[in-house]
Amino acid sequence: MSLEKIYSLYKTMEQEKVILSFNGVVTADFLTAVLDIMENKMSNLNDSPKIKKKVFNVLVECLQNLYHHIDEEDDLKKMSKRSKSALVMVVKDMGDFFVQTGNYIDKKSVSILDERLKKINSLDKEDLREYYREVLGIGNVSSKGTAGLGMIDIARKSGNKLEYEFLEIDEEFSFFSLNVKID
Amino acid sequence: MNMENILREGSAKTPAVSFDSTSGILELKGRSIPENSVEFYKPLNDWIDSYGSTPCDKTVVDIKLEYFNTSSSKCILDLFKKLERINLKGTEVHVNWYFEQDDEDMEEAGEDYQAIIKLPFKMIEVEEI
Repeated sequence: MSLEKIYSLYKTMEQEKVILSFNGVVTADFLTAVLDIMENKMSNLNDSPKIKKKVFNVLVECLQNLYHHIDEEDDLKKMSKRSKSALVMVVKDMGDFFVQTGNYIDKKSVSILDERLKKINSLDKEDLREYYREVLGIGNVSSKGTAGLGMIDIARKSGNKLEYEFLEIDEEFSFFSLNVKID
Repeated sequence: MNMENILREGSAKTPAVSFDSTSGILELKGRSIPENSVEFYKPLNDWIDSYGSTPCDKTVVDIKLEYFNTSSSKCILDLFKKLERINLKGTEVHVNWYFEQDDEDMEEAGEDYQAIIKLPFKMIEVEEI
């Protein structure tokens, strides 16, 4: 990156009120490190313990979704570098927090994910709780125990609709951007 | 009952575990956010199976979790299902679900399990776990 771009990126982060930003392959160690840093950072903020806990919980679930997404690929070596990386950001704007993630996904996975998110966004608080119980009770556990609950839990903790977008990149990939508001 | 007890210290991502076959007290305490929860919970479930063959008259399960991720939630359900299976077969199983004051999420989580599981479930609110 050229020198002027460093400043330009810095200013953008400042304007967008990004308090944490990571870009890279979401390994287990990476995950642990990010959570550790976030915990320390949060302990220095003046917000209520309740909202801090929710932000932390949403971050855990988002990161673990990304981790498992990579993990599900059959051959890590065959995966292009692009499909292993993700961007994770936490934004704090006055009393509101936003957890934002961006990652490449296989175009074939887009419609299933889109449907799931549309369904989650269509449910109110009580229905979301019911849906969570339904998936918990009868869901199939993948070999890693993910059970399909992640997004439902993120929506419950957030209390807001999940904002997301799929950007078509090329024949194989789309880019999935997610914005979770916690207030 | 000659069974090895489980005594594990908690870590940043996994809870402290104390499963005692002599006292019949099973405790999970701390945070449960491992990436691979199936791996973590398997030995606990296996232990309950063995314990079930010669259990104490009363089995008390103390769940003192500050937070658990969704990956753990299914495993915790499976743990409860194992306990359901041994209940009233030589032992009476009682579950105590602890949650911190004002922690609606953990309170609701306890209620979610209470609704699915057929075991005597007690919700206990504490100041700090």
